[in-house]
Amino acid sequence: MADAAVHNAHPPGFAHQFEDMEQQREAGTLGMWVFLVTEIMFFGGLFACYAVYRALHLQAFELGSRLLDVRFGAANTAVLIASSLTMALAIHSAQTGKRKSVVMFYLALTMILGAAFLGIKFTFEWRHDFLEHLVPGFGFEVRPEWGAVGHHVPMFFCFYFFMTGLHALHMIIGIGILTVLTIMASRGRFNEQYYAPLEVTGLYWHFVDIVWIFLFPLLYLIGGHYAMGGGH
Amino acid sequence: MSTAVTDMQPGAPPESSRVHYLNANYGIKSWLLTTDHKRIALLYLGSITLMFFVGGAFAVLMRLHLIEPQGALVEPDTYNKLFTMHGVMMIFFFLIPSIPATLGNFLVPMMIGARDLAFPRLNLLSWYVYIVGAIFTLYAAISGGLDTGWTFYTPYSSSFSHTQVVPVALGVFITGFSSILTGLNFVVTIHKMRAPGLTWFRLPLFIWAMYATSIIFILGTPVIAITIFLLGLERLLHIGIFDPAIGGDPILFQHLFWFYSHPAVYIMILPGMGVMSEVVTCFSRKKIFGYSFVAFSSMAIAVISFLVWGHHMFVTGQSIYAGLIFSVLSFLVAIPSAIKVFNWTATLYKGSISYQAPMLYAMGFIGLFTMGGLTGLFLASLATDVHLNGTYFIVAHFHYIMVGGAVMAYLGGIHFWWPKITGRMYPDGWARFAALVIFVGFNLTFFPQFMLGYLGMPRRYAVYPAEFQVLNVVSSAGASILGIGYLIPLIYFIWSMRYGPVAGPNPWGAKGLEWETPSPPPTENFDEIPVVTEEAYDYANPHTGVARG
Repeated sequence: MADAAVHNAHPPGFAHQFEDMEQQREAGTLGMWVFLVTEIMFFGGLFACYAVYRALHLQAFELGSRLLDVRFGAANTAVLIASSLTMALAIHSAQTGKRKSVVMFYLALTMILGAAFLGIKFTFEWRHDFLEHLVPGFGFEVRPEWGAVGHHVPMFFCFYFFMTGLHALHMIIGIGILTVLTIMASRGRFNEQYYAPLEVTGLYWHFVDIVWIFLFPLLYLIGGHYAMGGGH
Repeated sequence: MSTAVTDMQPGAPPESSRVHYLNANYGIKSWLLTTDHKRIALLYLGSITLMFFVGGAFAVLMRLHLIEPQGALVEPDTYNKLFTMHGVMMIFFFLIPSIPATLGNFLVPMMIGARDLAFPRLNLLSWYVYIVGAIFTLYAAISGGLDTGWTFYTPYSSSFSHTQVVPVALGVFITGFSSILTGLNFVVTIHKMRAPGLTWFRLPLFIWAMYATSIIFILGTPVIAITIFLLGLERLLHIGIFDPAIGGDPILFQHLFWFYSHPAVYIMILPGMGVMSEVVTCFSRKKIFGYSFVAFSSMAIAVISFLVWGHHMFVTGQSIYAGLIFSVLSFLVAIPSAIKVFNWTATLYKGSISYQAPMLYAMGFIGLFTMGGLTGLFLASLATDVHLNGTYFIVAHFHYIMVGGAVMAYLGGIHFWWPKITGRMYPDGWARFAALVIFVGFNLTFFPQFMLGYLGMPRRYAVYPAEFQVLNVVSSAGASILGIGYLIPLIYFIWSMRYGPVAGPNPWGAKGLEWETPSPPPTENFDEIPVVTEEAYDYANPHTGVARG
């Protein structure tokens, strides 16, 4: 295993502390999985608080949920799932030794879809919320028609902005990493043997996607159930 | 630490011309841009030593103030800042990184026969992240300080305190990521980079302790990060999820805070337990008694530590049934800790014991940690906790764990591996003397606080009734002895880097891969990766247990 020849040969992208490429790839992948565990705990803190407050202020949370425009959320869900597909295709094309332009195409498409998500989020949705005075800390107005639970509605919007904001931050970081990967791909760094950075970034991108898959129903859909005559 | 040993004494062995990690290259850049885990360990060592003495200075001022019942030194508001900054510095910037970031960083790759950690650049990043967090906190300290207590309880911290909540919160938030990166690096390294033949149950118990600690880093630290982040937002925007005005619950903050901060106690003590297993076996020349019990008890502590946070909240209005369950679970977590104490003691039995400085710290640890642990059971019992909560009994209890336990183990570990780190020996007589001074000073400082707490003196008060003065003066006298005890090693360690006798690869005759390589080690640790052929701590077998080639 301590093969000096392998160690000294330095294939592209190989780091000195590892014995071989296989060990390096496994370490990178495990590292990302461990990182995603920390991310789960990071978001998990917020989800736990959401659960507690939803139990405490059920009606206010339903009210707040119905104030969100589900069409924006649904559109963004579609955009994000599509971006996960293009991300997977980018990895697959590197893995199967496709031309670098193919890899770059899928990476660029992933970035465009990510940017589209952020565009919908910031320029349409958050602007709309701001004009409707639904942003806590920035001129939030409790409306009389919300009734007795109205003063708890800002709590829902705190969660809405903290959770989607944190998610958007992860999207921005992801797009930054994808930019670096696209440059690496344009220099022909990836091939059938060496595509670990793509694979590891893919894990991250899919994770951010999955967080949204939880956020979408918890924020947008959960009030609708009662609006259609269910619940109490 | 960049002034570390570079030139050798006349008459030193010919080894002096050897290239090792300290003399491989020179200059400030070779340190600030290094990815060598050993150099990063030294960067951390320098930084946390600084923070230790800053945090210690706050403690000195506190103990001086408490010499007189009406307070001898500062205004009550300033006193609040003293104990807060002492806690923040010592917990987040010294104790949590202490053993993992210094000894862990240095030893994890060496003990498992690897050239470096899996992600050397992340390792360097973690140090920079730590430094940025430390700068925010030091800035807060000199620009007015913080008076919320290190626990940041809402709504005082979010709405009412007029001190530097946001810079300190930011500092703690940022520093958390250095812990996360260290934990991630250790887990991947231990999983993927062990030398051939080094199976999980041949690993040194220090590695098991680091692994368990890393799990807490990974699972716990993100939760405090998001909690502190939410607190900072609430402070800045004047609206947030702990704000009662919109239906928020300040107690929820305490739940989230302790969900991390109780496991954080085990972040501080587990690495110390790892050091103990190494030192006790070496200086009693015996295999550890019950290897797998010690290993699994680390993992058990890591898991159970996440289920006991409610014992900090027995009197804050959580349900009595939750209190009962948390009480039972807190008793449970004492079991693996006790297993370790029994096993170290059993290891000593019929061992060939020698009392070098590291062993004196280890002996101190066993006694002091046992006292800290047993008094913890008083606090885990619902009824006695009602009486003792918020008194000096708590202060004494956690200082017995964190100073009597974690700091003693840290110092023992530094003394044990110093010859490996620097290639030099420190003066053994002074080191033993310092160990005794620290032990005496520590007990004189904190044992009276058990009595004060039992008698009902509340913690965090700048004044106290005159009847408590004698015990407070004893405690302050002990603190000054303790302070001197901490300065002595600082002096002889710095002295030894230049003037200490050359140590050789294995001055203690210890087992373990880190002793199989020269001191100081070469940059890549091993000229060739060793093959391990024996169990850990096989002191009965005089051979090295490493196959070459």
